[in-house]
Amino acid sequence: MARNPYRSQKIAFFCLLLATLFIVVPVGMIVVVIIKKGIAGITWQFLTDVPRKGMRAGGIFPAIVGTVYLVTGAISFALPIGLFAAIYLSEYAKGNFLTRMIKLAIVNLAGVPSVVYGLFGLSLFVVFFKFGASILSGALTLGIMILPLIITASREALESVPASFREASLSLGASKWQTIRHIVLPNAVPGILTGTILGLGRAAGETAPILFTAAAFYLPRLPHSIFDQVMALPYHLYVISTQVPNVDEKIRYGTALVLVFLVLVMNLIAVVIRYQFRKKKKW
Amino acid sequence: MRKIKEFLIEKLILICGLASIFFVGLIFIFLLKEGLAVFKSVSAFAFLGGSKWYPISEPPQLGILPLILGSLVVTVGAAIISIPIGVGCAVYIAEIAPLKIKEVLKAGIELLAAIPSVVLGFIGMITLVPLVKKVFHLPTGLTALSGSIMLAFMAMPTIVSIAEDALYSVPKNYKEGAFALGATHWQTIYRVILPAASRGILAAIMLGIGRVIGETMAVMMITGNAAVIPKSILVPVRTLTATIAAEMGEAVVGSEHYFALFAIGIVLFVISFAINVTADLCLHERI
Repeated sequence: MARNPYRSQKIAFFCLLLATLFIVVPVGMIVVVIIKKGIAGITWQFLTDVPRKGMRAGGIFPAIVGTVYLVTGAISFALPIGLFAAIYLSEYAKGNFLTRMIKLAIVNLAGVPSVVYGLFGLSLFVVFFKFGASILSGALTLGIMILPLIITASREALESVPASFREASLSLGASKWQTIRHIVLPNAVPGILTGTILGLGRAAGETAPILFTAAAFYLPRLPHSIFDQVMALPYHLYVISTQVPNVDEKIRYGTALVLVFLVLVMNLIAVVIRYQFRKKKKW
Repeated sequence: MRKIKEFLIEKLILICGLASIFFVGLIFIFLLKEGLAVFKSVSAFAFLGGSKWYPISEPPQLGILPLILGSLVVTVGAAIISIPIGVGCAVYIAEIAPLKIKEVLKAGIELLAAIPSVVLGFIGMITLVPLVKKVFHLPTGLTALSGSIMLAFMAMPTIVSIAEDALYSVPKNYKEGAFALGATHWQTIYRVILPAASRGILAAIMLGIGRVIGETMAVMMITGNAAVIPKSILVPVRTLTATIAAEMGEAVVGSEHYFALFAIGIVLFVISFAINVTADLCLHERI
């Protein structure tokens, strides 16, 4: 039988489509299930009350607040360092060995398992610097974890500003830093913002780095200072789904929904900014 | 005055530029500082090759072979599932899908990458674990197989997005040349585009596997956490990452158990370092 190349193409394309559906359909189902089952658990009380009866009733307000604190801390640490590092790579670095090493270090930092970040945070911040398990330790650990993400996104944004912009500014007598500050950075803001928001989302969802550095099992009050332990949404979800028996499904799904909602909203904002920026791009 | 300010800012920029190297070094040093202490009480050979992990018995038995094999079984399973599907999906998105569907699919993949692992673990516990239990008539659904399936979904976004980049960056004239010789679209993909993008696809697979080895929360929630050498994929296993996450809370700072968990951290760090450097070499041909 002569092989018909068009028939094998049809079969092959069908298999590829199947592979794609195999990824996309479960993703859709996961999101739909979380929303459908979670929405029943979302009430005003659930969002604003402290957990009660060993986390089997009440709300998740301290966990929401804890996550907001941790993420804010992480980004205020990682954004300045990440942005300057990106400026170095895009504006100053030459194509030499050092630059190659920095890039390799960024790749590695991005690949370090999240639980290893947890170990690192424990030994450096909690034990060595004696910050204890606290918002500060957790935020710094998360900050280092999202650093590569912020550097990479900011660098891409800076590098996409055309060289002619810089040349025009330099030819007018502006110094290199003035050019970066007044010409390159403003044009790269949307890209940097996108990276920052994605970093926020990543930091909000991670559990392993805060397991031993910040997260409290059950702490039905708000933290008083940055040296306090806090509850955090992802850890709370882990706790109520594996460590505490007989938690109402509504509470579990509700917590999952709040967490997914936070992360997805941030991603959505990032996508919208990127889209708007692409539309308005002048070059 | 402006010169001084500019000089200071440029130095600050340089320091921040070096921050990544500094942090990688710092992570490694602090892992070594805490982890190497375990080798005072147990030899490296006994640590890596020992088949008993009883960290709180007296004296503690610190052999991580069951944990290494646990990680290996789960990772191999996840790789078998995620590589064909991930690469297939990347080919579909890069070559076949119409533009509009392409954007939707890419958004879907990004969505999957954004879902926190603890949420995937939670969903896996509720849906996948009972399913595995029922299908294979097992006493428990918390098995290596459940972990593999769940982790495959965490590796796929990485594999798809990097492989798609690699396929996309194959020069257009390769494709045109193949078409001009009368090849069908599929023949072109299979014989021309895939081989041309093979390095990038290899890197994508490696980074996907790196993600699987390092994944912690989901794997801790659905693999059952039994630190014994796995005999099949239908038994509970415990991975390196899950061991650290589950036991560090109870380990006393400065105890042998604490040091051993850091030593596991060193093993994980070295594995991820090796994977990332190799993948990076695949993507950029030179050091």
